[in-house]
Amino acid sequence: MTNVPLLLVAIGILAVGTFTLRIAGPAISSRFELSERVQGVLAAAAVVLLSAVVATAALTEGHGPVGVARPAGVLVGGVLAWRKAPFIVVVVAAAATAAGLRLLGVE
Amino acid sequence: MAMRSIWRTLDRRLARDIALVCLADGVVAVSYGAISVGGGLAWWVPVLLSVVVFAGASQFLFVGIVAAGGSPIAATVAGLLVNTRHVAFGLAVSDAVGTGWRRWLGSHVMTDENVAFAIGQDDPRRRRAAYWACGVGIFVCWNLGVLIGAAAGSVITDTDAFGLDAAFPAVLLALVLPALRDRSTRTAVLVGVVIALATTPFLPAGVPVLCALLGLAFYRSPKLVEATR
Repeated sequence: MTNVPLLLVAIGILAVGTFTLRIAGPAISSRFELSERVQGVLAAAAVVLLSAVVATAALTEGHGPVGVARPAGVLVGGVLAWRKAPFIVVVVAAAATAAGLRLLGVE
Repeated sequence: MAMRSIWRTLDRRLARDIALVCLADGVVAVSYGAISVGGGLAWWVPVLLSVVVFAGASQFLFVGIVAAGGSPIAATVAGLLVNTRHVAFGLAVSDAVGTGWRRWLGSHVMTDENVAFAIGQDDPRRRRAAYWACGVGIFVCWNLGVLIGAAAGSVITDTDAFGLDAAFPAVLLALVLPALRDRSTRTAVLVGVVIALATTPFLPAGVPVLCALLGLAFYRSPKLVEATR
């Protein structure tokens, strides 16, 4: 159904491009001496990006809002993590909350 | 750092937490393989993508677009947009990645999860150990999972039924939470998250997350705060 050579080229470009994006950071920071202040900003940047991934993954699907089950699960996991619950409890509680709500028919 | 010293540096709890995330990633990988094949793609497409691209969100996006009859080049562009955040990740964890051959291998296994594990460690050795153990662990579990999913077809296609779609944001949230104790970081995160959510309806996938970096305008480094005091 699909044009195989084109598909291979597309996968190749995605692979090389993704690797370039990944190695760019380590390559740049080995070439320039980054001050402690810059390193602090970069650490904050990683936290901001990861938090944005959390928020968009938890609350949105495509271009719109997601249902109730997933945000509820993430919220339960987040509260448990904040109360310093063990990691495994956080993960299992988040999944169980979302799965349980869906079982009850709440999407 | 040799594999043996990675294991010696990781304490039991951290190793268990990492193993749990790897396992969960493996389950998602099974569904990814199954969904791809179920969508009409040849088995080697998800398998090849997983080895050479190895970035979950962009892989789902890629097979979604191609299976729906979209252009493979459009799928590549969409995937690259989603993966752009790795540039900032690489800058933040370059010390954990290492130099020489380690930089090549370590960069390829960079994911949201192992970056989050690494930035949660204060000690440089633990940071490196967490980054590598989680990165290599996910690489192995992810690729095995995709193989199984692609071979088995429609065994698990809906991981939402297990709530795994809620588990992953919760994992990352638990890992970044300690960093939010810093007030300046917290402000930047809050502004960034609002921007990302507000732009999601209008921008292509991956771009809203990048827009969150605008929140850094509200970040003040500790030294600067001291100097202005």
